[in-house]
Amino acid sequence: MSDLTESAQETVELQHGCVVTSSLGQRVLLVPRDKYVSVVKALADEGFDICIDLTGVDYLNMPNRVVGHQIAPERFEVVVNLLSMSTRQRIRLRVQVPENDCTISSLFDVHPGTEAHERETFDMFGIVFEGHPDLTRILMPEDWDGHPLRKDYQQGNIPVQFKGSHS
Amino acid sequence: MSTTNPHVIAAGTSEGGQELLSRSELTAKELFREVGAVLRMSEAEAAALAEIQTEAPEDQTMIINMGPQHPSTHGVLRLMLELQGETVLRCKPIIGYLHTGMEKTGENLTYMQGGTNVTRMDYLSPLNNELVFSLAVEKLLGIEAEIPERAVWMRMLLSELNRMSSHLLFLATNGMDIGAVSMMLYGWREREEVLRFFQKVTGLRMNHNFIRPGGVAADLPTGWRDDVLDILALLPSRLEEYDILMTGQPIWRERLQGVGAITAREAMALGATGPILRSTGVAWDLRRDMPYLRYSEVEFDVVVGQYGDAYDRYAIRFNEIRESMRIVYQILDRMPGGNYRIQNKKVTPPPRARIDESMEALIHHFKIFTEGFKVPEGEVYVGIESPRGEIGCYIVSDGTSTPYRMHVRAPSFVNIQALPHMMRGGLVADAVAVISSVDPVLGEVDR
Repeated sequence: MSDLTESAQETVELQHGCVVTSSLGQRVLLVPRDKYVSVVKALADEGFDICIDLTGVDYLNMPNRVVGHQIAPERFEVVVNLLSMSTRQRIRLRVQVPENDCTISSLFDVHPGTEAHERETFDMFGIVFEGHPDLTRILMPEDWDGHPLRKDYQQGNIPVQFKGSHS
Repeated sequence: MSTTNPHVIAAGTSEGGQELLSRSELTAKELFREVGAVLRMSEAEAAALAEIQTEAPEDQTMIINMGPQHPSTHGVLRLMLELQGETVLRCKPIIGYLHTGMEKTGENLTYMQGGTNVTRMDYLSPLNNELVFSLAVEKLLGIEAEIPERAVWMRMLLSELNRMSSHLLFLATNGMDIGAVSMMLYGWREREEVLRFFQKVTGLRMNHNFIRPGGVAADLPTGWRDDVLDILALLPSRLEEYDILMTGQPIWRERLQGVGAITAREAMALGATGPILRSTGVAWDLRRDMPYLRYSEVEFDVVVGQYGDAYDRYAIRFNEIRESMRIVYQILDRMPGGNYRIQNKKVTPPPRARIDESMEALIHHFKIFTEGFKVPEGEVYVGIESPRGEIGCYIVSDGTSTPYRMHVRAPSFVNIQALPHMMRGGLVADAVAVISSVDPVLGEVDR
């Protein structure tokens, strides 16, 4: 992410009060967690009315990474890809989510289609989406222990878990 | 997080069940919230729907499971349906039966091996999966402009043929689900012709791992042009047969028209892409609107529907086969010569013959196949048009030879969330037609 450090030293471009960076020519918005929903709403009014993708990243093994201008890196990141059909543009939002308070607001009211993505992100990373109508596991069994895509999820020698078995 | 202590595992986590609850277990507020959740509406909107009877007598409704082992659920999709008589009141797709942790697996495979993993997600259009993964890796490497022309056009050829084979299989399964069993045989038969070509080119019928970062794995075999022309010559008459068999047939129309209708606004709110979005009249095709490869240089039409029903989705896929054939003809005309992969020794393994002569070639070969190539730090999202909609690949690289995070935005995963909306108020007999018209691939839904 060296290109991010370089752009941070120049004048910082802002959009809806958020730092705009570029990752390999793609427009990325670094959004603070408390402004997240309002920024997505403002972008939706601007034409980014389709939420294509929402996912998470666990940066446990990259604690010293540079996110961008004055943004402190946190362990988790929620990444949202928005699409504007009218201007044929994409924009990506990256939101830092700290480990000790692993919550973020749900986008359900703005983009109802993120419901499944948020459930998947919760399932895989344990990030809680506040205001989500049905935050349950989606891919793993409902009594599964742990969140598999976390970097500290122990791989290998995981006993096979069968629902309802007591062994 | 995980522990080997069985007692902790047995205690489990308590996020609650994934199932649809019966009405007696729900309060009115919870029912609205749940309807809102499965219909992707706000609670207030759900409450405004007058036809949701909160007081529906328990003995008149029944919750049944459709799947996960049902021949027409296209794999292991499980739907919980709440029925009143034959009418579907509520529906909830329950997925995850085919979850094999492919995104986690992807973090442990080098960029070289990653293709073998992603190709198994949407197993009906494997080449599109490989393509989006390769495009993302190439963008991270910064070599996307250096891919030889022949490789680019070969990728387009394979991608379009794959679209044809995938849609032919859709016609087969859609026919089978509606009751036109002979269509199943025809669809599989024609698809096999395309797969035979893939076998000749890639060595495998499915899961090719042929499109790789840097180009493709091998050049086209001799006689490939005749093989493609044979397929193109065969299909038009066969497609006309299908037209006679299905399109104009009253029974076929009765089964599909007006079934599982969805509006453009709903489809966009749900994030649905591909034929589902186009069936509502939104002309959105990434091949035309955000072109990748050389799609801007070929001529084709984006097929759109009008009513957003199962019939439109059928007709769109049917005609997309014809559009793909049009594109393939243009590709045949323009297929350039030259290299089929980038001549960058850090990314591309040396040709087999060089290994016998050159020590460096042997070292490069060994390094690339054991530790892979390193990809600069960064994160990138690339989306392309697969037969099912936008397939996207989000890769975070930490500078090593394996992705730090590899996420695939699977079109079926998103499209399947539109099922409750399409089924609501319909008949249980139409549920099969609706599932079929979404054309989900469960390997991709569950990953």
